[in-house]
Amino acid sequence: MTQAEIKLSSLLLCEHFGEIVEKIGTHLIRMGSQPLRMIAHDTGMSLDQVRKALCVLIQHNLVTYQLQKRGLVEYEAQCSRVLRILRYPRYIYTAKTLYSDTGELIVEELLLNGKMTMSAVVKKVADRLTETMEDQLSFSSDGKTMEYSEVSNTFVRLADTHFIQRCPLAPETPEPLEAPPPPAPTLVFNEKDMYTVPRLNLIGKGKRRHSDNDDNSEHKAKRQKPNTDSTEPPADDGIYWQVNIDRFHQHFRDQVIVSAVANRMDQTSSEIVRTMLRMSEVTTSSNAPYTQPLSSNEIFRSLPAGYNISKQVLDQYLTLLADDPLAFVGKSGESGGGMYVINLHKALASLATATLESIVQERFGSRCARIFRLLLRKKHLEQKQIEDFAMIPAKEAKEMMYKMLSSNIVSLQEIPKTPDHAPSRTFYLYAVNMLSSARMLLHRCYKSIANLMERRLHETKENRRLLEKSQRVEAILASMQATGAEEAQLQEIEEMITAPERQQLETLKHNVNKIDASENQVDETIFLLESYINSTMKN
Amino acid sequence: MARSGRGRGRTAFTFDVGAIGFARGEALPEAAFKPSALYPPTDFKPVPLKAGEDEDYLVALKQEFRTTVRNTPYFVCIKNEDQGVERYSKKYLRINQADLEWTPDWRQLPREMKPKKKITKGGKLKTKPAVSKANVDVLKKLEELEKKSDGEKSDEEEKEKERGEEEEEAEEPDEYDEEEHEEENDYISSYFEDGDDYGAGSDDNMDEATY
Repeated sequence: MTQAEIKLSSLLLCEHFGEIVEKIGTHLIRMGSQPLRMIAHDTGMSLDQVRKALCVLIQHNLVTYQLQKRGLVEYEAQCSRVLRILRYPRYIYTAKTLYSDTGELIVEELLLNGKMTMSAVVKKVADRLTETMEDQLSFSSDGKTMEYSEVSNTFVRLADTHFIQRCPLAPETPEPLEAPPPPAPTLVFNEKDMYTVPRLNLIGKGKRRHSDNDDNSEHKAKRQKPNTDSTEPPADDGIYWQVNIDRFHQHFRDQVIVSAVANRMDQTSSEIVRTMLRMSEVTTSSNAPYTQPLSSNEIFRSLPAGYNISKQVLDQYLTLLADDPLAFVGKSGESGGGMYVINLHKALASLATATLESIVQERFGSRCARIFRLLLRKKHLEQKQIEDFAMIPAKEAKEMMYKMLSSNIVSLQEIPKTPDHAPSRTFYLYAVNMLSSARMLLHRCYKSIANLMERRLHETKENRRLLEKSQRVEAILASMQATGAEEAQLQEIEEMITAPERQQLETLKHNVNKIDASENQVDETIFLLESYINSTMKN
Repeated sequence: MARSGRGRGRTAFTFDVGAIGFARGEALPEAAFKPSALYPPTDFKPVPLKAGEDEDYLVALKQEFRTTVRNTPYFVCIKNEDQGVERYSKKYLRINQADLEWTPDWRQLPREMKPKKKITKGGKLKTKPAVSKANVDVLKKLEELEKKSDGEKSDEEEKEKERGEEEEEAEEPDEYDEEEHEEENDYISSYFEDGDDYGAGSDDNMDEATY
């Protein structure tokens, strides 16, 4: 873990789980896996606090535990998982585009709670959907409600497409009375039914917030005895679900590839690539370098119905795609009208290279970008060669090279002709090491997000008084409206926030929005670079 | 080492300065002895952010998630911020205390995660301040008592002993009960309540405030 990553994770933990959890989480990220007492001792916090923090972290899959020898349980933080908190909005949004509002809420609930049972998710989502329906149709007396079955259908579809999966399960053991139970359950990942949904009889509707009287009283009773109202545990007790982040990443990757093809060629070819990717979604593992070979006949049959292109046109497109120098699509055989694969690793590498190129262009100018591209193409070049090939005056070219060298975009290798490494008898070769440059950029990205977050916290802190005031005024306004106050009164309260204050609030909102948007977009770059690094490391 | 005895000034380089692009007699850039500026001037301005409905929605999602997560039981505060004055608007901020309770599934967690007795902790907390406060008074009182009850001392002591034994016997089963009770509905009552304002922020009070 680099310092930048630790810093960012600590900021993320603090923002989402509060200071105590942040302290424990950061400590674990720094120190590696540790037992409970050690954590409490090192951080100087009470055991209860440490326990509570660890419970929260385990619940959200940010910390795992493992039974060591001599019965010690060690806790380990998953730093890379913590950093994924940045991508939560994107997961939720993707679920919305694929499975509409219901899917969105299911994924959001799962992310908010870390892991949940299916019955709990379905109930919660149905309730929330009913609530929003009611808000929209507040004037009609018989507000619509959301059926449980509808929500659980979406849940099943999410599980079928692997976007959500079961958490590792603690095996049921008939508790032996003599032998003390082990200090920690060993969690089992049952691959066979990782995506099988338990058979549940979920009948009912989402409840409204404040409906009939008897409903209300039932609610009260529930509140007094939070856990005793249900006479028996739900059927899927102990089967927890979580969001399958890898599957989401696979989806993001496919989307990026499709849009890259669309930009390079045209809409039709991107649709063909999309079809190929969709066909191999289930057959190819998420980190394979290639998809399974697909024959052009198969592809033709799987094209979406609305796309009426003839087989001939499809074949032409496929040859065109295979001939493209970027080689996203490759031809692997002639059988079945030609077998085609998508070279996922190559695609990611090209995309990462393009990202690097554009960063060099925006940071160092187009002439540096020219040198950079030259190096990418020719691999190793001497100073003099660069000047000649790039057609840039010697002095300027040198200045640019040194600038890029000092920021680690390009690398320099010495090849001595004699063993004494005398500079006059040594070749100095410039090159681009894609992997290390990508790592360096990734590190920068983490750093910039951390900076952005700090800035955002600073902005809100500076304006805290104002924010609190506007919140209060809004709360009062809402309550006045509910009780049916007069227009004049409302206006009077509204005027409690003066015009300059209003303006200041606007500026603040604008700034915070901008920072948030930047965070999201830097994370997209992070995703691309990380996928590239991961796929390179695996192959 | 290699440089020693090689004259002074610019000739200190072991190689031809011309090779890296400096003409003869040209001034070399000054050596840098400090880190570069914290905010160096940027030669190139950043390109504007992507904009569009998608991006706006993502921003909205992000902000919403950030605020919702604060109202979940997973957001552990050190203390409820004591603002001194009770805010009028607090009444209208709907925070359902019942939602803030959360019982982890203990089957999924190591056994040591489960909090142990809370009664012992409570007892300690109560007794400690009393002792420290009335320390001086107690000493005085003890002295007085000593003077008074010199004669009856032996009798009293025996009685005390007997009583003590009885009490101990009586206490044991009690303690067992408490523990068993704890096992059943552990957490909720004790642990995930904010320890500091236990009682003040309990359910009943909240209900009164909201209704």
